[in-house]
Amino acid sequence: MLKRVAYYPGCSCEGMAIEYDQSVRALCYVLGIELVGIPDWNCCGSTPSHSYDPLLGAALAGRNLAIAKSQGLDVVMTPCPSCLKALKTANQVFRERPSEFLDVLGMPFSGDVRAISVLQLLYEEIGPNLIQKAVKFPFKNKKIVPYYGCLLTRPPAFAQFDDPENPVSMDRLIEAAGAAVPDFPHKTECCGAALGITQRDVVMRLTGRILEMARAVGADAVAVACPLCQQNLDLRQDQVNRALKENFNLPVLYITQIIGCALGIDRKTLGIEKLAVKTDALFQSA
Amino acid sequence: MQRPHVLQIQKTCDQEFIKRVERESGQQVSKCYQCGNCGASCGYTFDFDFPVNQIMRLVQLGQKETVLGSRSIWLCANCQACTTRCPCNIEVARVMEALRIMSVAEGVVSKKNILLFYDEFLNLVRRYGRVFETGLVARYNIKALKPFTDADLGPQVLMKGKLALKPHKIKGLKAIEEIFKRFESHRGK
Repeated sequence: MLKRVAYYPGCSCEGMAIEYDQSVRALCYVLGIELVGIPDWNCCGSTPSHSYDPLLGAALAGRNLAIAKSQGLDVVMTPCPSCLKALKTANQVFRERPSEFLDVLGMPFSGDVRAISVLQLLYEEIGPNLIQKAVKFPFKNKKIVPYYGCLLTRPPAFAQFDDPENPVSMDRLIEAAGAAVPDFPHKTECCGAALGITQRDVVMRLTGRILEMARAVGADAVAVACPLCQQNLDLRQDQVNRALKENFNLPVLYITQIIGCALGIDRKTLGIEKLAVKTDALFQSA
Repeated sequence: MQRPHVLQIQKTCDQEFIKRVERESGQQVSKCYQCGNCGASCGYTFDFDFPVNQIMRLVQLGQKETVLGSRSIWLCANCQACTTRCPCNIEVARVMEALRIMSVAEGVVSKKNILLFYDEFLNLVRRYGRVFETGLVARYNIKALKPFTDADLGPQVLMKGKLALKPHKIKGLKAIEEIFKRFESHRGK
């Protein structure tokens, strides 16, 4: 089991997804995983850097992997799927176009630092069984649907994690936390991603469909593992209600917050109060 | 969605364009036999001018102008559903990405506001080393002449301490600037 990983929070974990960062840190602490900061990390370039050439994003993300390596670390964990994709793309571009990549990066690069998501760390390195044993406050009589979004499992050859059509890692972790997991057909449907600001109508429609399905299967809450999915489903839920004349009232929590609560970490530490849709009903016993 | 009328395929087939898309995406577009899996998987088809399978066909037919000027390539969120389900193992999302990059290089971007948002994002990365979300939305809103985009979300994210009021500057800004400069000179070649 991994005991020590480099931690790459990514820019949204310093802002809109600050509660994701808080809950990742608190949970890893309790589970005995040491998160080693990457000194002076920079933005991975995310989607925007790919409007020019994957080389730019690869070099931006690559700098972080190179720093982690210089600290003697071989695994970088990030909570953000978009950062994860960027970090893995750095290794891919290094393999496909090594001389161009190294020219732009301008620092030593080995290409052997592995990037994993926090979900991967929880599922593959710690595992639902161990987590279940540590649970003190199970979510009894609650239904939580797992929403994986696009990038954690797709495309399969690149993600090398879980199943691209019917992933189950989050299902198992939610069950370990004591909640029931209804079948959820929209596990990997796209929420609209970064189009929230530039093309809000599209996000309203796509996010609305996901919330509608969650409600239809009787969910008390939605679990996510991506800052952008969380923002679209939670923060924009009011906008969805206005745009689609709906009345969704579904809490959307990070998987790390759900497990953290079940393990007895206090809600303030996990940043539960920073979520937009109120979560009170989820914590009342039925 | 209004679609362009009849395409003059014989007159407008650009062989060079087909080769370039295949080279830059690393994908063999000619393998596509129009099963339609990509279009059926795509959550954005309702707002595309051409469903993604039609984009693939238009590329096969060398319809450079129609493809690079389409809204589809910019509304694509790179969700990878098409790539995952293509029975020919074409990484369709990489084709879409290559088309976006080509449309920027040719100056024919259909959704200029999306490119503007991406450019502002990269400007902030270059200036501070990280993205400063408050600054990003503010700068986009001003430049896109949409000053109130997401203004309704402002009060609650501010109250919850989710929005930084000042950017965080990393120490290695020089290294970031050099990456951008080397990238630009590489692109210029």
